[in-house]
Amino acid sequence: MNNNYAHSAQSSSPKSATSAVSLKNLNKSFGDVTAVSNLDLEIPHGEFFSMLGPSGSGKTTVLRIIAGFETASSGKVFLEGSDVTELAPFDRDVNTVFQDYALFPHMSIQLNVEYGLRARKMPKAERTKLASEAIESVKLTHLADRFPHQLSGGQRQRIALARALVLRPKVLLLDEPLGALDKQLREEMQVELKRIQREAGITFIFVTHDQEEAMRMSDRIAVFNHGQIEQIGTPREVYENPSSAFVASFLGVSNLISGPPAKELFGSEQMVNVRPERIKLQKDGSKSASDEIAINAKIVDVAYTGANTLYVLESEAGLRLVATRLNEELPGQDLGLEAGDRVLATFRKEHVAKIPNNK
Amino acid sequence: MLRFSRASRFSLMAIVAFVLVFMYAPLSVLILNAFNERQVSAWPIQEWSFKWWVVAFESEEIRAALLNSAIVAFGAMTIAMVLGSLVAFALSRYEFFGKGTVNLLVVLPIALPGVVTGVAFSNTYSNFLTPAGFQIGYFGMIVAHATFCIVMVFNNVFARLKRMNPSLQEASMDLGEGLWGTFRLVTFPQFRTAFAAGALLAFALSFDEVVVTIFTAPPGVTTLPLWILAEMARPNQASVVNVVATVVIVLSLIPVYVSQRLSRTENEK
Repeated sequence: MNNNYAHSAQSSSPKSATSAVSLKNLNKSFGDVTAVSNLDLEIPHGEFFSMLGPSGSGKTTVLRIIAGFETASSGKVFLEGSDVTELAPFDRDVNTVFQDYALFPHMSIQLNVEYGLRARKMPKAERTKLASEAIESVKLTHLADRFPHQLSGGQRQRIALARALVLRPKVLLLDEPLGALDKQLREEMQVELKRIQREAGITFIFVTHDQEEAMRMSDRIAVFNHGQIEQIGTPREVYENPSSAFVASFLGVSNLISGPPAKELFGSEQMVNVRPERIKLQKDGSKSASDEIAINAKIVDVAYTGANTLYVLESEAGLRLVATRLNEELPGQDLGLEAGDRVLATFRKEHVAKIPNNK
Repeated sequence: MLRFSRASRFSLMAIVAFVLVFMYAPLSVLILNAFNERQVSAWPIQEWSFKWWVVAFESEEIRAALLNSAIVAFGAMTIAMVLGSLVAFALSRYEFFGKGTVNLLVVLPIALPGVVTGVAFSNTYSNFLTPAGFQIGYFGMIVAHATFCIVMVFNNVFARLKRMNPSLQEASMDLGEGLWGTFRLVTFPQFRTAFAAGALLAFALSFDEVVVTIFTAPPGVTTLPLWILAEMARPNQASVVNVVATVVIVLSLIPVYVSQRLSRTENEK
């Protein structure tokens, strides 16, 4: 570990050629269970990168391998181009915000934030100053002398963030940091995290199982399934052009069509996906445009969700589709569709996304 | 919260009072008799005096016994602190073959009858170690005490470590602190009260132990409880015995009290 204080070192010149984090052919198994298999990943500097997936998909394991808490069974981990595969957590220039925050219960907030600076042997006066500034930046100066158990979940979350960021790490790892917060606070913190990331210019690697959260904040998302990355791309790419049925159904609501119904509608049995908001509903007997695909269907279920209304449709051939409709009109002025009504469901051909990886 | 009628509350209180009197009346008689002027215990006490305290304090024999008890208790406590904590760490942090068995074997000595432990150690020392040329002597007594003292430290530390958040240590290392620093600054403060509480209980347990001590004390070495036992055979010295017993009570109570206080402040956090 070098003795330069992280903060006083010139902001490490971004070697544009090397990625902030790079994983090469990473494997990890716990006994018989394979948690990560043959994973390759490049995360450039300053990116807000999310690892999204259901629990047990390996995303947290990958994060823990980057942090150094787990050792890879095989493969390499590079930070800023240098091999850190064998380094202990305290020798890596990354910091972690834990899911349960992991604030030290026997230390005041001030001492919690000073902890990493103290480990770097920074003189008392200097580390007190820096820690105070960090606490101020998350607007909790008035709580500096309190202990973690006296703080609310949101406040602890901010302190955990300040404690990691005061070290100016090259990469900040966040393990479902918003999972324990209630919805409103979570949305506030999403905005806050994004702002901090943009201002500090630090690479964020964010683990979450909440697709909405990932889409809202990330520059790029990696969708994990069974220890592998199913797809990497911008939120728009993974949503609009999912590479697999899993990705399509994990991000938002999907209408996956394959086999004979697909052949009938699109001339090929290959699996396709149509997002529910692309499906227009018209009164039965309406005419469809020539660039549209039209399906005669019956409404099976209607669910009002505030901004949208969700319709479950069933075609004459037995195909089930979900369509959503923005509630633009006041009740009574809309189409007034109810369960049991017959409708014409239409969508444009260019809104049909082919699923290349059709397992 | 359960609610009781006035009558049932009263009868519960009466039962509690009866049990407490039953438990503590003999102790009170003993302590009061320590201040009896007469040579043998009697009731009611005719004349009060500190006479036997002076006798006890000036007795070489008693002071030697007190010193022995203190040394043995301190030695057993020290061994228990080190080994008990280490075992607690191993069993709370790692999965390994035979873990349940090790757990049972560590806790077993507290349940074993003292006679069995005493005979086992005595036989081992006299039949194996002495013929092999090891004169274990005084240290043997400390080791025998440590077997059941370990349980006190182990139980306390183990329970605490089980409740400890494992990501605290990861957080410490993540923030750049090494292994020793992490132990010193994060891990140890998390279980230090349990550690101290366990150690004090171990001390108290060893300090007034009789049965194992009888079997393992080397010839000519007497601890305070052994001395009391020996004096009981000579009832004309009863009042001195009462004084010494009072001292033993106080010396055992203090660690237990402090230990409880420590555990309580910890649980209130």
